[in-house]
Amino acid sequence: MSETPAIRLSGLRKSFGSVEAVAGIDLEIADGEFFSMLGPSGSGKTTVLRMIAGFELPTAGTVSLSGRDVTRLPPFERDVNTVFQDYALFPHMSVLENVEYGLRVRKVPRRERRERALRALASVRLEGFETRRPSAMSGGQRQRVALARALVNRPRVLLLDEPLGALDAKLREQMQVELKEIQRDVGITFVFVTHDQAEALTMSDRVAVFDQGRINQVGTPEEVYERPASAFVASFVGTSNLLSGAAAKALIGRDGTFSVRPEKVHMGTSGVPGTVAEVIYAGAVTRYVVDLDAGARMVVVDRDRRELRGQSVCLSWQDEHVVEIKENADAA
Amino acid sequence: MRSFLHRHPGVRLAGLLSAPLLWLVVAYLGALAVLLVSAFWAVNTFTGEVVREFSLQNFRTILTEDVYRNVTLRSVGVAAAVTVICVVLAVPMALYMAKVASPRSRHWLVIAILTPLWASYLVKAYAWRVLLANGGPVDWLLGGPGRGPGYGLFATIIVLSYLWLPYMILPIYAGLERLPDSLLEASADLGARGSRTFRAIVLPILVPSIFAGSIFTFSLSLGDYITVQIVGGKTQLIGNLVYANIGAANNLPFAAALAVIPVLIMVIYLVAVRRSGALEEL
Repeated sequence: MSETPAIRLSGLRKSFGSVEAVAGIDLEIADGEFFSMLGPSGSGKTTVLRMIAGFELPTAGTVSLSGRDVTRLPPFERDVNTVFQDYALFPHMSVLENVEYGLRVRKVPRRERRERALRALASVRLEGFETRRPSAMSGGQRQRVALARALVNRPRVLLLDEPLGALDAKLREQMQVELKEIQRDVGITFVFVTHDQAEALTMSDRVAVFDQGRINQVGTPEEVYERPASAFVASFVGTSNLLSGAAAKALIGRDGTFSVRPEKVHMGTSGVPGTVAEVIYAGAVTRYVVDLDAGARMVVVDRDRRELRGQSVCLSWQDEHVVEIKENADAA
Repeated sequence: MRSFLHRHPGVRLAGLLSAPLLWLVVAYLGALAVLLVSAFWAVNTFTGEVVREFSLQNFRTILTEDVYRNVTLRSVGVAAAVTVICVVLAVPMALYMAKVASPRSRHWLVIAILTPLWASYLVKAYAWRVLLANGGPVDWLLGGPGRGPGYGLFATIIVLSYLWLPYMILPIYAGLERLPDSLLEASADLGARGSRTFRAIVLPILVPSIFAGSIFTFSLSLGDYITVQIVGGKTQLIGNLVYANIGAANNLPFAAALAVIPVLIMVIYLVAVRRSGALEEL
């Protein structure tokens, strides 16, 4: 990357007492990127976000925003804004006052303030809600207010801490699309924390997969999904059939750890023999759990539901869909 | 029996509530009613017997004689001053307890706030009498005998503030505990320094809690008659005026009429703060 990254984290660590929440993170996020931090709860992703925002001081390492070291700066001196998981709307202020707050603090003149706030509310499709109190709004609407309140300040970087976590599935999908559109429109860097792998894959330019305070893999959604760098990534992002030891030697022909995605496996009359142990119907697809005669268990996804429980089937896949996982020493 | 109660929830409710309701009606509202009624009686100045005849004489005296108006204003002033002092002291203390101190030390701080309430009121008031005595520790701290405030109105305000401070800290602390940290972070994130966050976010959200505390400090100060006797010097407040009329003057109806004043003031005060949502904080 030739230009200065919007965010650069180097050697970032954070300990709470004896617990090491973040165990050494090096990361560069480019200007205008939609970047997701994906990981299970307790993997350190939110702590990293909070250190970028300035709510937590790192135990070691630095945070740079557009080339400027801000590691020791308080939140109000950083050119980033945050959308909080609980939205953190001020309950005693109207929607408009909430959105205007950042501008008021920065002493933006009244007329400009009003204009920008109204425009921000329009961009999240909340015209006509100006005088409402946050308590009189639905979760999805509050979420939009929180977004408008952050975006109205035109930060270089917008930090989003599981902002869709409290929404129901339908609204979530809708907001995913909207968020992505908004990010494209305003063109600023979005750093998006989520534990939902599907969400991260749909929305992001790049994804960092977190586990136990470290980053396992950084890459485009496709890279992370198609070529997982560790067994953890393979199983956390989507589902994977992990083969190792004797089974790997028997099925792949080599020693090592290999991943095959369930949708890449074909169930038919030729290939590796096994018995269907379980049929799980999930609407759009049906998952078949197959116990291979060679001693491994594999999941296969098929569009059609067939009553194959207890029956013998043969599984086959193409060599190009087998991903060898070379664990780096410290992630193992 | 059990199934009878199950089928008749009204009977069940009556059984549950009759004792407390009886207490509320007879002991509490009854006493208030007796107070109100007796305020309209009079005392035969010659025999000292209570004359049970309706008369507005007591209230006429209170409204026409300057001394009672002055005492009322002074009492309200003392209650207001005590309340303001308690707010000024309680907000930073509660803020520290709820948002700065570690969860473990938070427990100990709450206990530390509560322990003075276990000690007798009289002991605490007399402790202050010793502190404020001529040539006592406060004088000594301020540079010698006579340098301190001594006994009087000022001493009364100080001691009442000391006595009622926990009643202000606790509701504010509870209010702050319910205030999510993310609101403070959001404010800082939007560019506000600590002082701005305090003024624009914390204080407005705390207003109901502060009013809730003020109901305690204000009413307790308004009704107090012991502290003012111990450290008040010659200061007269409604409380000790009532006391003097019950004791020395032996004029119970007039004492009752005087006691109506703080009741009225508190009713007005409660109606005024009700709009802030303070009553939900109690």
